[in-house]
Amino acid sequence: MRKLNTPAKLADTTQAKTALNRVNKHESADRQVSGNARYVDDMPEPSSIAHAAVGTSEVARGTISQVILDAVLASPGVIDVITSKDIPGHIDIGPVFEGDPVLADGEIKFYGQAIFAVLADTVSNARRAAKLAEVTISPLEPVFKVSDALALERFVRPSHRMLQGEVDSALQNAEQVVNGHLNIGGQEHMYLEGQVSMAIPEEEDRMTIYTSSQHPSEVQKLVAEVLDIKLHHVCVDMRRMGGGFGGKETQAAQWACLAAVLAHRNKRAVKLRLPRQQDMAVTGKRHPFENKYSVGFGADGKVTAAKIEINGDCGHSPDLSEAIVDRAMFHADNSYHLGETDIIGHRLKTDFVSHTAYRGFGGPQGMIMGEAMMDAIARRLGEDPLTIRKRNLYQDNKNQLTPYGMPIEDFFLPDMLEKLEQDCAYWQRRDQIKTFNQTSPIIKKGLALTPVKFGISFTAKHLNQAGALVHVYTDGSIQVNHGGTEMGQGLHTKIGQIAAQEFGVDLEAIEVTSTRTDKVPNTSPTAASSGTDLNGKAVQNACITIKQRLIEYFAETTQQSPENAVFIDNKLVLGKQEIGFVELVQQAYMARISLSSTGYYRTPKIFYDRETGKGRPFFYFAFGVACSEVSIDTLTGEYSVDRVDILHDVGKSINPAIDIGQIEGGFIQGMGWLTTEELKWNDQGKLISENMATYKIPAIGDTPPIFNVGLYDRPNSEDSIYHSKAVGEPPFMLAISVWCALKDAISSLSDYTIDPELHTPATPERVLNAVTAVKKDVTL
Amino acid sequence: MIRFLLNKDIVELPDYPTDLTVLQYLREYRKTTGTKEGCAAGDCGACTVVVATVAPDGNNLHYKTINACIALLSSINGKQLITVEYLATEQGLHPVQQAMADFHGSQCGFCTPGFVMSLFSLYHNQVNPSREDILHALSGNLCRCTGYRPIIDAALFACEKPKKDRFDQLAQQTIETLNSLAEKQKADLATSGLMLPKDRESLRLCIEMHPEAPLLAGGTDLSLEITQKLKSFEHIISLFEVSELKQIEIYADYIQIGAAVSLSEMSGTLLQYFPQLKDVFYRFASLPIRNQATLGGNVANASPIGDMPPVLMALGASVIADNGINERTLPLRDFFTGYRSTQLADDEWISKIEIPLLTKHAKLAAYKISKRMEDDISAVCAVFKVEVSDEGLITKLATGFGGVAATPINCPALETALVGKNWQDKAIVEIGKEILLNAFTPIDDVRASAQYRKTVLSNLWERFWLEQQQEVIFKTRVIDHA
Repeated sequence: MRKLNTPAKLADTTQAKTALNRVNKHESADRQVSGNARYVDDMPEPSSIAHAAVGTSEVARGTISQVILDAVLASPGVIDVITSKDIPGHIDIGPVFEGDPVLADGEIKFYGQAIFAVLADTVSNARRAAKLAEVTISPLEPVFKVSDALALERFVRPSHRMLQGEVDSALQNAEQVVNGHLNIGGQEHMYLEGQVSMAIPEEEDRMTIYTSSQHPSEVQKLVAEVLDIKLHHVCVDMRRMGGGFGGKETQAAQWACLAAVLAHRNKRAVKLRLPRQQDMAVTGKRHPFENKYSVGFGADGKVTAAKIEINGDCGHSPDLSEAIVDRAMFHADNSYHLGETDIIGHRLKTDFVSHTAYRGFGGPQGMIMGEAMMDAIARRLGEDPLTIRKRNLYQDNKNQLTPYGMPIEDFFLPDMLEKLEQDCAYWQRRDQIKTFNQTSPIIKKGLALTPVKFGISFTAKHLNQAGALVHVYTDGSIQVNHGGTEMGQGLHTKIGQIAAQEFGVDLEAIEVTSTRTDKVPNTSPTAASSGTDLNGKAVQNACITIKQRLIEYFAETTQQSPENAVFIDNKLVLGKQEIGFVELVQQAYMARISLSSTGYYRTPKIFYDRETGKGRPFFYFAFGVACSEVSIDTLTGEYSVDRVDILHDVGKSINPAIDIGQIEGGFIQGMGWLTTEELKWNDQGKLISENMATYKIPAIGDTPPIFNVGLYDRPNSEDSIYHSKAVGEPPFMLAISVWCALKDAISSLSDYTIDPELHTPATPERVLNAVTAVKKDVTL
Repeated sequence: MIRFLLNKDIVELPDYPTDLTVLQYLREYRKTTGTKEGCAAGDCGACTVVVATVAPDGNNLHYKTINACIALLSSINGKQLITVEYLATEQGLHPVQQAMADFHGSQCGFCTPGFVMSLFSLYHNQVNPSREDILHALSGNLCRCTGYRPIIDAALFACEKPKKDRFDQLAQQTIETLNSLAEKQKADLATSGLMLPKDRESLRLCIEMHPEAPLLAGGTDLSLEITQKLKSFEHIISLFEVSELKQIEIYADYIQIGAAVSLSEMSGTLLQYFPQLKDVFYRFASLPIRNQATLGGNVANASPIGDMPPVLMALGASVIADNGINERTLPLRDFFTGYRSTQLADDEWISKIEIPLLTKHAKLAAYKISKRMEDDISAVCAVFKVEVSDEGLITKLATGFGGVAATPINCPALETALVGKNWQDKAIVEIGKEILLNAFTPIDDVRASAQYRKTVLSNLWERFWLEQQQEVIFKTRVIDHA
């Protein structure tokens, strides 16, 4: 008989540290700091490895008349070249709707579209060969502007409308109306680890894929489809990403598919890693938007009606744009009761790369409209913007509905806002800033405090499900697998804590393994901030199943009732009896009790009817408030963010350190989106902010010198995992306070009478232009 | 033959591709994958490694960071290359690693090895650094996850009271090894495509033998031809070890800086004499780039957006050009002949730059304007130097600008228009602004529009004037590094 061993570390009698609600460092931290954390490009390569590169279009729109690949094939080290004709199965890999060919299929849809893929012995040889094709394209007139696409009614998906009440008459009857428009820039994900996949052919047509993807199940499905094989012949393994942010939700699949096709054809392992500049050109970004509003309000600044037009620049194909523009619409109210509302959302088709998921998923581009309206009303009435914001906040227990008919419940945001208002001394600083500005002719300071209300759940209802697989081994160590992917957000750390909590064991007893499609099938992407909510519950359910078996076994052997059993301190306590966890597991094994279980979860309560534009698309809302103080230089437009105070709602925090990391990181990323991160394309449709030298994400000096982040400690009233709340996306939108503070500083030049036009990103150039415009208006 | 110490092991490479980068060597040849590739262009710092050299006193080691992705093997020849894998010992993580982990300084972890190496260098270079020192040391490391706050905290903690680490304990041994490598190197003739002349004469011969070979100084720009444009070079002539190009000489009224002196070394000296340049030096590229890039490279490159040429132009500096036989002196303001072209003959190189010191009447300021404060290329760089007599009259005005023309350029119209005028007279603000607004015809590009460049240039004159007025007590910059 096999001997069961007991590792010293899991000694039964020691007290387990409580795994939950505490600061545990990232499960990979020690490996990351020592260079031992392995990413796809770091994995040992099979001896048959060859390297792929893609050749791309230098025209934005047209039809391919000829592709001559002789020089590519003749280039040193080249093994194979493929075009769309060489794809054995589906060419289209559109994630929800069609429109994304894995390689251009006759039509060119954007500048940078992949036309062919080449395989060579080395990375350099593949990349050099990819530049040698002769491609002839008959160009067509491209459409790059949102306004042009709107005029042409060029949509990737039908428009959608949310209507509540009689908006036109309410606007007519309003005491005052302000109209405004805002152009909102997109954003490059700039995950530090670029897109990469390695495909390893297995027996016959089977394929194993290592990929940096937020959505292994979709990679599995699309690889199967391009190869024309069944899903059960494809296994996708994903241990960790070097950042995702939405950019590897759908758009990691193409590179995995190409690697798989080349691996399949050549019967050798293939790795495809995009060089940074190509990565930036060929993958979609956060959608740029061009939005408009008409808002009606009374003398007190309370909004009575709002008409909002949301125009998302989707690029050439739908990708995820249907849901992204929906989410922008769902968040145009932010935290404010807008009375009668009419929100229409258009999905414009332009001849750019297909824009895609990015932290917030359209929410930020909608939410900023709510804040734009509050600023405009405040300047019109000569009130402080915070006063107007407070007057318009939703109120708890007033039977208020959002513009899509979702009841406002458990709405404690006003309490949070008031707490931050006091803690950061908003009004004292407001006075100080006014005084400062009066005596400072060149540098002007600005201040803004803005709220966030962000809906949690995938708006595509079927994605709100998750699976897990938990194994307890005979030494008491536990392996956990689930459908979520680790991209740095600390998901695996929290999952480990959840499993440790359920079994009452030390965190060290838990190993969360790579995400694999052969362990947990049919998973959802790790997106929509849902990773812990969904997978945490699924893991908990798997643990509960195993625990139940162990309890029943122990109750039977000790002849007790199984009620009130507790797994704690590395043991099971039942009535007056207790047993060490390892001993229990070993006894259960000998008694032929299964020590492995799947777990499953689906989110309750949610629905949305697109026909009526009404429903409860979100399980709950996550809230936050941020106050930002900035300085601007009226001679150059340069600025600094001098102080930021944040109070954020993560429910009952599973791991405060990880949650604060998400809040701080999300805020800085949002700040980059609204300030220095400027995407620019030339008139040919070529991205010219195409590398890190020309596209500027925040650097270390951009972190505000005073950066206070607090958690609002209040358990989620919904039955989420341990009553915590999702945290990935909501803090991103706290950075809207920076944009409002910049506008506040500019507005000071008009003694706060003008709401300056400041499209985003608010680069120093845009700030200087706004300063100039306000100065001009004041002198007129 | 390239010889270096890779962590603790001596490596001798007789044969290697001329254009092999240190990062490719580590990842592809050695399969040590702790060092990451984020951009292959020196912009993100994921590939940061530390190079240790024997200090001039012979008793200590100097540690500095470089970007492995754009460093060719010449930059580690005769040195110790330290990578992230070598920091931890059997006793545990290095203090900077431990702090990064404990302070939650890693999320996705991909940038982390680079941060760790920058912190390791800081750990050895500065005891109890200030927050500003830390930002300076980490200016070349981008993180997309954390927002940097925990990394700053980790740095403050780890470097507050640095204890002796393994590297200190092994320092004497390392110095001996590096000295023995240097001995071997002396007898060694460059046989590979990457040529490493040691003196003026051998440099001349290399150029004579391979006139087509590019001259490689820090290589922070030339390497982009390799990693981004996929160009291949059979021969490259490195200036790294030409002793005549590495000197800094200080005379009574001028300074001579060798062309191969790194921007970091240079700024240490220049700031003693020109503290007004701190703002530009602080924002000039990133620390790893400044550790590698050279003064001569920044000038010879003749980019319209390099930050040293405007500074040197306003200071009245000259280029000493050499062909190994004759030297000639070329005033910098005449040096640039067109977009990325100079007066250098095909067989010439820049041997040094000569910079006059300031007179007591001089007022100097250098401004860099870019989208991002750290590690960004200038939309506009403007340098003004004015000399004012005891009577308060302008006796001399010199300027230098970047980002407004096809070359670094000065503005003769401004320089002559204001001589003889009263510096305190506010009217000269408007005169200067008007002249500068129309002096140049810059272009629209990814960094800024032509209009913005013109407006800012003109406004910077106002800033300069304001800052030099004694009674001005209000702030004129959002962040003041000076």
